Amino acid sequence: MVPFTSLSAVAVPLDQPNIDTDQIIPARYLGRPRAAQVDAMFHDLRFNPDGSSRGEFILNKPAFAGAKIVVAARNFGCGSSRENAVTVMLDNGFRAFIAPSFGDIFFNNCLQNGALPVKLDEARVAAIRQMLHQSPSRTISIDLATQSVTGPDGQTDRFDIDPFRKDCLLKGVDDVDLTLTYRNEIERFEAAQRQELPWL
Amino acid sequence: MLAQSMFEKIWRRHVVVDRDDGYALIYIDRHLMHDGSGAGFARLRERGLPLRRSDRAAATPDHYVPSRAGPQTDPHFAQTLEQMRRNTAAAHVTMFGLGDIRQGIAHVVGPEQGLTQPGLTLVCGDSHTSTHGALGALAFGIGSSEVFHVMATQCLWQRKPKAMRISVEGSLASGVTAKDVILAIIAKIGAAGAVGHVVEYAGSAIRSLSIEGRLTVCNMSIEAGARAGMIAPDDTTIAYLQGRPFAPAGENWDKAVAFWRSLRSDEEATFDREVTLKAEDIAPMVTWGTSPEDALPITGRIPDPASESDTLRKEAMRRALDYMGLVPGTPLQELAVDHVFIGSCTNSRIEDLRAAASVVKGRKARVSSWVVAGSGLIKQQAEAEGINKIFQDAGFEWREPGCSMCVGMNGDIGQPGQRIASTSNRNFVGRQGRGVRTHLMSPAMAAAAAICGHFSDVRRLTA
Repeated sequence: MVPFTSLSAVAVPLDQPNIDTDQIIPARYLGRPRAAQVDAMFHDLRFNPDGSSRGEFILNKPAFAGAKIVVAARNFGCGSSRENAVTVMLDNGFRAFIAPSFGDIFFNNCLQNGALPVKLDEARVAAIRQMLHQSPSRTISIDLATQSVTGPDGQTDRFDIDPFRKDCLLKGVDDVDLTLTYRNEIERFEAAQRQELPWL
Repeated sequence: MLAQSMFEKIWRRHVVVDRDDGYALIYIDRHLMHDGSGAGFARLRERGLPLRRSDRAAATPDHYVPSRAGPQTDPHFAQTLEQMRRNTAAAHVTMFGLGDIRQGIAHVVGPEQGLTQPGLTLVCGDSHTSTHGALGALAFGIGSSEVFHVMATQCLWQRKPKAMRISVEGSLASGVTAKDVILAIIAKIGAAGAVGHVVEYAGSAIRSLSIEGRLTVCNMSIEAGARAGMIAPDDTTIAYLQGRPFAPAGENWDKAVAFWRSLRSDEEATFDREVTLKAEDIAPMVTWGTSPEDALPITGRIPDPASESDTLRKEAMRRALDYMGLVPGTPLQELAVDHVFIGSCTNSRIEDLRAAASVVKGRKARVSSWVVAGSGLIKQQAEAEGINKIFQDAGFEWREPGCSMCVGMNGDIGQPGQRIASTSNRNFVGRQGRGVRTHLMSPAMAAAAAICGHFSDVRRLTA
């Protein structure tokens, strides 16, 4: 996993609430190798049925080229558990998502892949999206160590993140190696459970 | 001791390591695998790790399975299915494979085989894993990295979710089903209404549901954003589990029943949030938009964005109506349907097929209509009852078990612009194929749509 420390980048506003993972990557592109999925990101919003680009879709606008941050509305990444929704965004350069709320599974999948999901107050997120619409290609800065986001207006907001997940992100380590150090505890649990629920 | 909710009791029993920062290492009792779980096996191989508890895993292909009879002809999908067969065989995982009468949708097969039991933690690399909470398990969907984590360690690091109770009190009217209950709940609390929470469904209307109905309710917990949904085990649960292949037997049965009965929430248990609905207020529901929260009683009309004050919501409604090709004010019952799909982990169990068949009996479908049973055993049972004959005589296609048109990744998709009455769980943009317009409803309501050629109040057909 690639570490996440800090990021200063162009941010793209997505106003629609409840953007689901089927929109982020339609099901028909799953089951392909990751490298073959890159163009599937927001496929049906980015491309017409004939394959031409949909210029009106915000991710296709030149001002947002090179964006690494998405500023979304509530419940971003709801729906299917497909982790490809996170990896396809990463493979298109995105590293952080700011929203008032996220689908729980998408949120966890971000943390497993070195992407940072940031929850901020709904009104503040709406205000940031407004600024990005008014002056596209403005940047946002995120610093994980201090848990802060500085918007295009220079206002800095703090965000919460679990210390455990923060540590994994900063170091770029996944949690399997850590869990394996608890082998004795897991074995003790299993031994007790064999006594208690012998039918399992 | 402080009063505890059922969720709290099950959570506490599974804590392996409690960190002081609020994270806990939770033991996972069962892991269900499907044909999309291959990435987990690949990562085990990369890291040179074994599958820790093959005896706690069970697998069945569902997502990439064709619903027409015969082998999967798409080479990519066929390869995925073959890889799954090899992965599970090499790791000694119980597999209900293609050709096995027990094969079906993971969330149908788990309860049916008695793998899903009260008090267990259960995960699967699929968001609809919340289904299994209907039997009193703590069950939730995970992504492929967490699938790998469970394969390697049989545990997961989790922050404890909040607890929410949704009570539905009273009696459901005739023609109103579990699907209508959960659509009404989502319409009330919203698609993000339960984010970060485990929901316990309670109240007399919930207790009166069969296990099939409870599975439908818990299945769509994720569509309200919930981490999991669960219902306290009771006599209905115990009667359902008795004699199932993987359920406890002999002296273990009595021990298990005593344990299961201890799981219900204590009378004095408190919840972070409580919501109550009156069963009498719930009518047969249909979704009109592109989020499961966009649900209305069948007697309703397409809503008007102009009357919405919240600007974000107004714009979302406009986009949804544009995608769905709908005009505000149109009665839902006037909407003509192009195709009907009865199936999915939400509504493909025997009770669902019986309910749809009772509407269809002696009538003819006016549009192309499919029935896809949730498992080989359900299909067999339905055929023994003559249900397939009722559907086939009415012109429905009687297809092979799997996720089929719910997920749009096995070749079963609609055509752009088609309006589909579907018993599945997601009406998302493009879910059933690019440009396809999905309306969610119960099996009886989908059957009524097939018979009438437009959405119709099933209460008028069966009166």
